[in-house]
Amino acid sequence: MIYDVEYETMPREALEAIQLRRLRTTLERVCATVPFYRERMAAAGIAPRDIQRLEDIRHIPFTTKQDLRDNYPFGMFAVPMDTVVRIHASSGTTGQPTVVGYTARDVNTWATLMARALVAGGASANDIIHNAYGYGLFTGGLGVHYGAEKLGASVIPVSGGNTKRQILIMRDFKPTVITATPSYTLHLAEVAEEMGVSFKDLSFKFGIFGAEPWSENMRQEIERKLNLTAVDIYGLSEVIGPGVAIECHEAKKGLHIFEDHFLPEIIDPATGEVLQPGQTGELVFTSLTKEAFPVIRYRTRDITSLNPEPCICGRTHVRMNRVSGRSDDMLIIRGVNVFPSQIESVLMETSEVAPHYQLVVDREENLDTLTVRVEVGEKLFSDEVRQLQALERKISKNIKEMLGVSAQVKLVEPHTIQRSEGKAVRVIDNRKI
Amino acid sequence: MHAQQISIFLENKAGRLAEVTGILAEAKVNIRALALADTSDFGVLRLIVDDNQKAENALKQGGFTVSKTDVVAVEVDDRPGGLHHILELLQNAGINVEYMYAFVQHSGANAVMIFRFDQPEEALKVLRADGLTVIEGRRLYTM
Repeated sequence: MIYDVEYETMPREALEAIQLRRLRTTLERVCATVPFYRERMAAAGIAPRDIQRLEDIRHIPFTTKQDLRDNYPFGMFAVPMDTVVRIHASSGTTGQPTVVGYTARDVNTWATLMARALVAGGASANDIIHNAYGYGLFTGGLGVHYGAEKLGASVIPVSGGNTKRQILIMRDFKPTVITATPSYTLHLAEVAEEMGVSFKDLSFKFGIFGAEPWSENMRQEIERKLNLTAVDIYGLSEVIGPGVAIECHEAKKGLHIFEDHFLPEIIDPATGEVLQPGQTGELVFTSLTKEAFPVIRYRTRDITSLNPEPCICGRTHVRMNRVSGRSDDMLIIRGVNVFPSQIESVLMETSEVAPHYQLVVDREENLDTLTVRVEVGEKLFSDEVRQLQALERKISKNIKEMLGVSAQVKLVEPHTIQRSEGKAVRVIDNRKI
Repeated sequence: MHAQQISIFLENKAGRLAEVTGILAEAKVNIRALALADTSDFGVLRLIVDDNQKAENALKQGGFTVSKTDVVAVEVDDRPGGLHHILELLQNAGINVEYMYAFVQHSGANAVMIFRFDQPEEALKVLRADGLTVIEGRRLYTM
């Protein structure tokens, strides 16, 4: 099913005409109302009227997370505060939080996009949606919530945490769709098992998972453990929140970007050069319809590629491949580039499960050391110390072979790796550089 | 004829053992025998208790990784060479002892050893053929 057939299946030519018109309007507005953008574009010697084709966007300077921080809290808002009806902020675990605002029309746009996303992921107005994304400053919970209401589904605003109660709600309310982070979902599966509740006896058909990078192996594990079809959703608060891109449950092969609202580009993170479809690089977004918090060529730091091939679901919007890492999550350990997602694949291949893990990087006597902490669940556990030590060695050897870095593997007890808003904290870098 | 042992994964951190004993005390589970094998980072705690199910549930609730392992409890002559005799028998039969530890209580005049074998069924045959007494779980837990 498609929620908004007219826009989601629009022929490319018509879609690109709308994008160009909306891009120029957005640029004119930000130059008139946001000093940051006016000064940046003036310094680059470019004006909105210079944008004659979509490709001309490459002459406009990028916007980075640091720019948003420098204008903390409301400096990037393009409307007066009396028309802002909602404020969200990123968690700020790695620095100052990023603050974003929405007008009433923005909230409505977002809800519509989320409704599109839910339908693409398999939901309909007849579904009961168990929304385990955190409610609050984080955009996940409220983003999905408004989309579910817009769609006319029944939403359970269960939020994150209180896992045992969540299992009881699943058993008693019989939700048919779940929305959550993939790591919290696997935690739910563990707790359900401990409580003797089988997902086979629950009513789930579809799951929409995102807000953190995950892998194809994790999808298979979630689908098997939760007995449902799992799709990937993508979004970030700076762009709007969840509902920027979604995988269709028909193909489950890349996420359709809602291009009538967001213009995507892939760039080389080192040079800023725009790359061709299919090439892997950093994803950059320009918002085309947002009022309160427009972003121009915002660097997401997410590493992916774009796939313009037609999709079996009928949507004409370009697909982004699964995010394979973050350009700022990338660790350079003794000169080797390491993405946490690569370590995750090694763990998957070694142990056939998706254990929670964390990378800890230290620098001892000018040498970088990598420690991989792996939570020992029932699948990995053995009553023989010898077997556990063999597992540590095997993981370490596979990391060395596949990534070319030496890592010390440390087995830790379950639930000892910190979670923040349901997201596992994957990297701790203690190096003072 | 096996007995069941509860195995628990523990990080080598202060207070973890006390956490386990605290949970078991609260669940009113009595520890009958205990052995800890450890490395510099982690350990595996092995327990024989009077109520396996209660112990397993309580520990899982407490967030521990727990598994049940089949072990064999054997009566050993409480005299010099008693244990050696058993180990020799097993060695001749090509059976490996993964680990073993002593049970607290005596069974009559005999000591009791808990064994984890790589081939438990074979081991049982060898022990029985020699006339040794293997204690089944039900009796062991409440001995």
